[in-house]
Amino acid sequence: MAYSEKVVDHYNNPRNVGSFTKGTPGVGTGLVGAPECGDVMKLQIKVNLDTGMIEDAKFKTFGCGSAIASSSLATEWLKGKTVDEAAKIKNTDIVNELKLPPVKIHCSVLAEDAIKAALADYREKHAPADARASSE
Amino acid sequence: MALKFPIFMDSQSTTPADPRVVEAMIPYFTEKFGHPASRNHSFGWEAETAVDRAREQIAKVIGARDPKEVIFTSGGTESINLALKGVAEMYREKGNHIVTTAIEQRASLDVCKRLERHGYEVTYVPVRPDGLVDLETLRQAITDKTILISVMFANNEVGTIQDMSAIGRLAKEKGIILHADATQAVGKIPVNVEAAGIDLLSCTAHLIYGPKGVGALYVRRKAPRVRIAPLIDGGGHERGMRSGTLPVPLIVGFGRAAEICGEVMTEEGVRLAKLRDRLQDMILSNIDEAYLNGHPERRLPHNLNISFAYVEGESVLMGLNKESALSSGSACTSSTLEPSYVIGALGASAELAHSSIRFSLHRFTTEEEVDHVGARTIEVVKRLREMSPLYELAKEGVDLKSIHWKAE
Repeated sequence: MAYSEKVVDHYNNPRNVGSFTKGTPGVGTGLVGAPECGDVMKLQIKVNLDTGMIEDAKFKTFGCGSAIASSSLATEWLKGKTVDEAAKIKNTDIVNELKLPPVKIHCSVLAEDAIKAALADYREKHAPADARASSE
Repeated sequence: MALKFPIFMDSQSTTPADPRVVEAMIPYFTEKFGHPASRNHSFGWEAETAVDRAREQIAKVIGARDPKEVIFTSGGTESINLALKGVAEMYREKGNHIVTTAIEQRASLDVCKRLERHGYEVTYVPVRPDGLVDLETLRQAITDKTILISVMFANNEVGTIQDMSAIGRLAKEKGIILHADATQAVGKIPVNVEAAGIDLLSCTAHLIYGPKGVGALYVRRKAPRVRIAPLIDGGGHERGMRSGTLPVPLIVGFGRAAEICGEVMTEEGVRLAKLRDRLQDMILSNIDEAYLNGHPERRLPHNLNISFAYVEGESVLMGLNKESALSSGSACTSSTLEPSYVIGALGASAELAHSSIRFSLHRFTTEEEVDHVGARTIEVVKRLREMSPLYELAKEGVDLKSIHWKAE
């Protein structure tokens, strides 16, 4: 089974690999998956507390090429979105973009879980700021 | 010599045919195309002679007393099916229990599962962390209903070589038929059915630099005379145990491949073990938390299986697959989407099973290839670790087992 060009590209040139320094304001972290399942994703967002926009995102992934590509793509998509917009990213969007075969759909599901977990963590830590930013 | 890419280091999945093998086969497609069962003309005689010669060549490399004990099949999988199902059916009156191990290849395990659905009982004996079967455990698994012990001679993933002679003595002592799945061992290490007391032995051509599509089952004719029910009925070829027109060109190639292996085995084994050790030293001295799987000494000379903690096997292969061909015990590379049950049976964590990479060298592997694959593996593993949240946590001193993972 050959990989799609996009998966190969993200694998070879992963976007936004890394972690934010502990204690950086506006950061939400999601850690999903399990080592025994062969997939663990850590995905972080950094929200500008004034604008409520995700200004940066980082990931680290233990998993196959498709898992790495899914999380790499997720960080690209997260940047520039508000927290509410980010919550709308669906695993099927990732499947379509990366042309993942059926056996790799779980990688995209895990990436969506990672996004949700990072957003939830951010909201938990920054509830007042978040409420301010998204008040309309 | 300049390296030619991709470098094939997956010889326990298949091997390239030796050019001498192909050369031997060619005339049997065109000029010498006879049916070996044609008894009344020279085309048939010529084909029969060729098949008999191959039988002798194979008998020699497995130490069989009589070439007639070699039955041709379509490959290792069929040989294993024939051995296990053939004995199960033939000796049903005597008992319904089979003893095998937890690290057999899929073909054996799947046959056992089918037999279980048909009223047979199978005991899957666990193995030690080095992959060796513990003889006492094996002994204890035997009951008065046991009709067959089936053990793989050398493991396909970690290369561990069983003490077949000791297992053979146990089988003899108990009067139980012993089948050895020697698909990975024949032609690579000394195999002797007489010395080891093996009654049935499966092997295949494509793992010994022969063609795909042909294998053999050794069936002992004396002390004891083993009988098996056929899977395929028909013209009664192969002493009634396997009907069907013999694929003469493939059989000729198989015979020649076995003959060459017999000639070069000692030298080739030494050479490959040296290269394998070079690769192993290079990797283990450059990467921390890389673990050798299997037995450090009792293993096939061309096999190297290493788990790289914190990185997933398929992602390692992806980093290497433009220039080299390896395999992994990762779930993502298996058809079942489960990580290697072999590595798991050795007691390794599922994470390490996902992280295992098998390097298997072969007759045409060069030192330059080994150095290249070793260096690239080190690079890729290091790069992936920089991307691994598990490596990061471990470096921070977090015990990964202390984390409550939210598995899907």
